[in-house]
Amino acid sequence: MHERPIVYLDTAATALTPRIVIESMQRYYETYHSNVHRAVYVTAAEATEAYEAARLAIGRFIGAPHPADELIFTHGTTESFNLLAKSWGRANLTSSDVVVLTEMEHHANLVPWFQLRDEIGIEIRFIKVTDDFRLDLSNLDELLRGAKLLSVTGMSNVLGTINPIAELAAAAHAAGALIAVDGAQSVAHGVTNVAGLDIDFLAFGAHKMMGPTGIGALWVRRSILDSMPPFLGGGGMIADVSLNGFSAADGIAKYEAGTPPIAEAIGFHTAVHYLESLGMEDIAAYEHELTASLLNQLATQFPERIRVIGPTTMEMRGGVVSFDVEGVHPHDVAQVLDQFGVCVRPGHHCAKPLMKRFSLAATARASFGPYSNESDIEMLMTALDDAVRLFG
Amino acid sequence: MSNLEDLYREIILDHYRNPRNRGELVTPPAHKAEGFNPLCGDEITVYLQVENDTLVDIKIAGHGCSISQSSASLMTAAVKGKSLETVRGTIDTFKQLMTVHESSLDTEVDPEPVNLRALGELAALQGVVKFPVRIKCATLAWNTLTQGLSDLA
Ligand SMILES: Cc1ncc(COP(=O)(O)O)c(C=O)c1O
Repeated sequence: MHERPIVYLDTAATALTPRIVIESMQRYYETYHSNVHRAVYVTAAEATEAYEAARLAIGRFIGAPHPADELIFTHGTTESFNLLAKSWGRANLTSSDVVVLTEMEHHANLVPWFQLRDEIGIEIRFIKVTDDFRLDLSNLDELLRGAKLLSVTGMSNVLGTINPIAELAAAAHAAGALIAVDGAQSVAHGVTNVAGLDIDFLAFGAHKMMGPTGIGALWVRRSILDSMPPFLGGGGMIADVSLNGFSAADGIAKYEAGTPPIAEAIGFHTAVHYLESLGMEDIAAYEHELTASLLNQLATQFPERIRVIGPTTMEMRGGVVSFDVEGVHPHDVAQVLDQFGVCVRPGHHCAKPLMKRFSLAATARASFGPYSNESDIEMLMTALDDAVRLFG
Repeated sequence: MSNLEDLYREIILDHYRNPRNRGELVTPPAHKAEGFNPLCGDEITVYLQVENDTLVDIKIAGHGCSISQSSASLMTAAVKGKSLETVRGTIDTFKQLMTVHESSLDTEVDPEPVNLRALGELAALQGVVKFPVRIKCATLAWNTLTQGLSDLA
């Protein structure tokens, strides 16, 4: 279909998958494909072992103190937030309770809370975003007063802004609130340590971490799990079922109803292993360099024409660069870039309130992964030059 | 491989840069219909003034990409001042154009020939079908106009 090589600059949407991840899933299907937890034969035991080994490794990767008891597999970041809102939220919040979110959240960390508000009438407050694309923490104490939860993204998938999670966690706890972090972006591009950050929940997904689609996780501080009823019902999450009803399984099994994504858990494990072999600090430093280079080239080559929608300084900033080309709609920008094989994403990036905050309908967004390089940026700049020329 | 020139014809870029019939009409007497493309956030408002079965005036407000904006502009130029019957005919022909399969564009024999001459400048939009994700952009204004006309009927 494509005659030109692909210049993939859409890692924030989903990261490319290394061959070893695919091979690890293939090995499961070819040599020990069987269901987990439910049989005694050898391959079933192997599958169960691989599934639980994945839980341990992924838990350790995010610095979980008790990975075997705290890391719930979900279908992705979105489901993790639904689990949080529908299990913890329903059981622990009432109409007089407050949840604090921010204006830069992905719809995954907005809609489940809106649904909960529709259902039980919670109050939702928002931390605003400043004109220089950072969280406005000037009235944080006021916003947190009486709140039960602060739920905030580790890194914006639109702006590239990295939020001060440790500071926010301290403020939330001081106000008597818990803190949940959307790690969809942040976990894939830097070191994450839930214990060091002192957070209570972390939602993230494999496919932005070079793993497969269809699996993610919600890490929950162990002491909180007692206050979280099961989410979905079915096989695997029960201790007993009779015609009179059911009782839920102990531990995190009660949040994993049905046959889990087993091959995907195995692929997720391999992806985390791969990221660790590259080194999260090195990945962060490398992407930092690329981002600085792109920002610098945009400012030099298109000073009047292209406006970056996100911080233009490099501190607390990751490799997601949204931009607006004056006079050219993001859809058209992406179309011209596609002609050069350059994959960027036009649209609202599932963050419509943030778009509205900056009076935009959409942006074009380029984002980096560990496999990105300077020649990708070079091709992007060439293609942008063409787009600007075409639309005059 | 599809060429960008098939999509961004000079006429299209001209209508994007200098859109015809932009603005609003007072409602009532005019009628307005709103269209929305949730995928890319494009929004369009079509204002219609119908008198004696004639579309005496039409205006477009909203924002969107070059394809949705130029298609809206070309549409207003094609339908303004026409009888409703002619307008409906033009809408049908345009929608037919957008459903022609891309593979038949380059062949001599067209199974269901669209009357390109009847479309005039609108024919410039036929390259859009080579870029399937953009068809929704091109049809946004037209679907909104159809909606507006059926509101009035
Ligand atoms: C910050 C952020 N949160 C949540 C999500 C949702 O992830 P998923 O669609 O994989 O559930 C994404 C990805 O689009 C994201 O970037």
